[in-house]
Amino acid sequence: MTSIAYGERIPNNVALADNKVLQRALEHWQPRFLSWWKEMGPSDFNAAEVYLRTATSVDAKGWATYGSVMMPDYRWGIFLADQIPERKIGFGDLLGQPVWHQVPGEHRSTLRRLIVTQGDTEPASVEQQRLLGHVAPSIYDLRSLFQINVEEGRHLWAMVYLLHAYFGRDGREEAEALLERHSGNRDNPRILNTFNEPVEDWLSLFMFTYFTDRDGKYQLKCLAESGFDPLARTCRFMLTEEAYHMSVGMLGLGRVIKRTAEVMKEIGSDDPEAVRRAGAIDLPTFQRYLNFWYSSSLDLFGSEVSSNAATTFANGIKGRPDETTAFEDHEIRNATFALESPDGETGVRREDVPMRNAVNEIVRGAYIGDCEVGLRLWNRTLSRANIQFEIRLPSSRFNRTVGVWAGNPVDPSGERMSNEAWAQRKAGWLPSESDRAYVKGLMKRVTEPGKVAGWIAPPERGVGTHPPDYEYVRL
Amino acid sequence: MVSFETDPSRYRHWRLSVDGAVATLAMHVDEDGGLRDGYKLKLNSYDLGVDIEFHDAVQRIRFEHPQVRTVVLTSARERMFCAGANIYMLGTSSHGWKVNFCKFTNETRNGLEDSSASSGLKFLCAVNGSCAGGGYEIALACDEILMVDDRSTTVSLPEVPLLGVLPGTGGLTRLTDKRKVRRDLADVFCTSADGVRAERAREWKLVDHIAKPADFAKAVQERARALAATSLRPANAKGVALTPLQRQADAAGYRYSSLDVALDPAGRVATLTLKAPEKAPAADIDGIVAAGAEWWPLRFARELDDAILTLRVDHAEIGLWVLKSSGDADAVLAAGSAMLRHTDHWLVRETIGLWRRTLQRLDVSSRSLFTVIDRGSCFAGLFFEIALTGDRSYMLDAAEDAPAVVIDEFSFNNLLTTVAARTRLALRYQDDADAVAACRARLGQALSASEALKLGLITFAPDELDWEDEIRLAFEERTALSPDALTGLEANLRFGGAETMLTRIFGRLSAWQNWIFNRPNAVGEKGALKLFGSGSKARFDWERV
Repeated sequence: MTSIAYGERIPNNVALADNKVLQRALEHWQPRFLSWWKEMGPSDFNAAEVYLRTATSVDAKGWATYGSVMMPDYRWGIFLADQIPERKIGFGDLLGQPVWHQVPGEHRSTLRRLIVTQGDTEPASVEQQRLLGHVAPSIYDLRSLFQINVEEGRHLWAMVYLLHAYFGRDGREEAEALLERHSGNRDNPRILNTFNEPVEDWLSLFMFTYFTDRDGKYQLKCLAESGFDPLARTCRFMLTEEAYHMSVGMLGLGRVIKRTAEVMKEIGSDDPEAVRRAGAIDLPTFQRYLNFWYSSSLDLFGSEVSSNAATTFANGIKGRPDETTAFEDHEIRNATFALESPDGETGVRREDVPMRNAVNEIVRGAYIGDCEVGLRLWNRTLSRANIQFEIRLPSSRFNRTVGVWAGNPVDPSGERMSNEAWAQRKAGWLPSESDRAYVKGLMKRVTEPGKVAGWIAPPERGVGTHPPDYEYVRL
Repeated sequence: MVSFETDPSRYRHWRLSVDGAVATLAMHVDEDGGLRDGYKLKLNSYDLGVDIEFHDAVQRIRFEHPQVRTVVLTSARERMFCAGANIYMLGTSSHGWKVNFCKFTNETRNGLEDSSASSGLKFLCAVNGSCAGGGYEIALACDEILMVDDRSTTVSLPEVPLLGVLPGTGGLTRLTDKRKVRRDLADVFCTSADGVRAERAREWKLVDHIAKPADFAKAVQERARALAATSLRPANAKGVALTPLQRQADAAGYRYSSLDVALDPAGRVATLTLKAPEKAPAADIDGIVAAGAEWWPLRFARELDDAILTLRVDHAEIGLWVLKSSGDADAVLAAGSAMLRHTDHWLVRETIGLWRRTLQRLDVSSRSLFTVIDRGSCFAGLFFEIALTGDRSYMLDAAEDAPAVVIDEFSFNNLLTTVAARTRLALRYQDDADAVAACRARLGQALSASEALKLGLITFAPDELDWEDEIRLAFEERTALSPDALTGLEANLRFGGAETMLTRIFGRLSAWQNWIFNRPNAVGEKGALKLFGSGSKARFDWERV
């Protein structure tokens, strides 16, 4: 276990003091990050004391140590999971060869692109969420938001560390650009489209942390397998934090469902309009939000058939999630994958494609399975309340803008349909303007410790050593 | 390992005799003297070993026999001048060996023209017997061709009809560009296996003069004297013996007195460190002549030439040559200014010629060239000209002990021009006269990395903190790319703008010839080159590509 040096300007466990190149680069970047945070982060809460956890070491004991801190004083730093001695590349053509501790020149641009793409999502989500603090349904939830924000900020640091440490001048320029692109900015948007979607209400935030952060989890799992060891170590540590973000989504959505079920019971109706009149989020609206965020997150995995995916897999750069434990064949030279794609106007074609080219689809499949977990919990809540409504994941073909199904509309069950039919019916499946206006209208700030907004149930447990009604944020 | 060093006492294939202003270099190839096993050098055909002797002989005439004004190239065999490159040698060689062989033979032939143009050493080809393929290409590289008119001797370029390939040492280019042969006649000539006899050869401008056998010797003397009259070479000068090179070789590389070659076979990188003279070399003519082969500019150029040739032939997989330098920049500049002061002296002229041809070897080497200008380097004047051969350059930008570069006249005059017949600076800036003038304004000044970067004299200027990683990554990135694509890319980018005969020759060598030589129609089981001499007829895939 490597302890974190907090005595330094930048907390780290990478012996930053001994690496003048890196130290200079990061110390130059640090003030830019802070001014970005002050401008683009949750800036109206800079003076609030927030009960946040900070890593003091990268093992189970030290990664979550709680204390009150004002966010701009948060000790962002560089933490890598401990090095695994004698680690070998676990997949692709270089299976069994020693991992790289330096970037191989041959793969420099590919690795840089992967790291920049991953890194770009971290500040993007902070930007997307920057105004949500004003309409937090409770002080408990406000803390969760800020915890996520500072940790996404730290994940940005983690990617910037890799860029600074291993990619020279190009890396420094890319690190600057990570602060220059802004979510939703017309001229200088974030790289991936999902990260340009506004997150203006807490239902969207919970959807985002449940579905989109889960994409992040799977990307990190793939990169944690990388033959480029510093990337693998960085991502392994980020995964521990990412798990928390997804739990915020899962618990948050569970509390929404719980509250809706209570309201439906109180009013004795399953009429969405009646539910809305009673101040809760009706289940069809919940499903439409889910459809939107889920399908948008599926796009993040890329095309079903991808030469990039095949190349990064073959070269030991990016593996499959849990490569070592979940698969037996780590080379997949001759294996094939049965891919479904649109055929003509209405049909579906099944064809075998080389497995390496289908790695994106394999990762997407694992992600879909992981998404089911929360749905089972929420549906249990509904069935216990005797509500005849099942929350479902739409087909992975639904509402896609990337891959073979882009531009080929299907209904949520995956049946193909004409563009005209899609235009007519999509309002039933995706959030409409009036849905968004309604949900937005529910967003009222609740600041009294222990109290929550009417559209969501209170949390069952507190954070750290504190009960749910603790004053997690001192405004 | 192939050695490019030899001397007349060791020649097996050539007879060199000197008579006043005329030297005669007669080809008499030892059939059993092939460089490798598996073929006989019949009919005065040649392999790399024969050409190494040819190159050595011409070099020694340049330096050891300054009074020679005309070289008569002829054959010591009856009715057989030269049958060209040995086909069985080509048939049994790897493609890479063939191309490297062609490159060297091209450079030797280009060298004849270079010496003729710049120092007035003239070449008369006395074609006294059958002259085919590469044999006729030797003739084409001479100032004049005198052919015996015996009703049977022919000149020919039979590569297309006999072998299904193209002439590999500039034959086609010189027919049109140099000898101005009409294209339809050239078409007929190049598709005839038999070739053309003397009368028609003269009529078609394939040769300059013809003579009956009885008059041939006299005609040779007359033409040799006539050519000598146009020469700049001195009448009474003492030659400089080209003493054996000082070279130590081991697994780590080669060490010469003025140059170090470090090999990294795993990384596929060779680092050439050019060393400045320890003190300024002799600057007055007496001192220069007295130093002879030990005069630093001559010694350095010979050593660099040998290093390039050895790397090419023995280390085909080392695809990146890194050019570095070390020592006192002022000593390099002093050597250059001594050369510039005495350009009218034959020895200095010949030394500059050797520099020019050696740097041109770098220009046409099918290797990536990266110039690395590090602390302690001395890329000034002559050495900066070598820096400019790089496909790209990295210069350390440091606060203390920073390296500097200096441009001198060699970057602007026409003494060290490229095969594109322009200076490296003009080529670098694609003939942008303003950019060249901006450099000229800084002539002789020590330029820092940021100044050099601003002028466009270097590509990248990483600072101290980035330096090592940038260099390592650049090397790794480069050596991961396709060697074939790089060869094509580099040849394309090194010679932008107008073509010359030489850029055409080398361009075609690395493009058309590489393609044709690799096609089944030449080297497949039923290919023409493969079946040559077997009696079987080649079977072609008739599809035009």
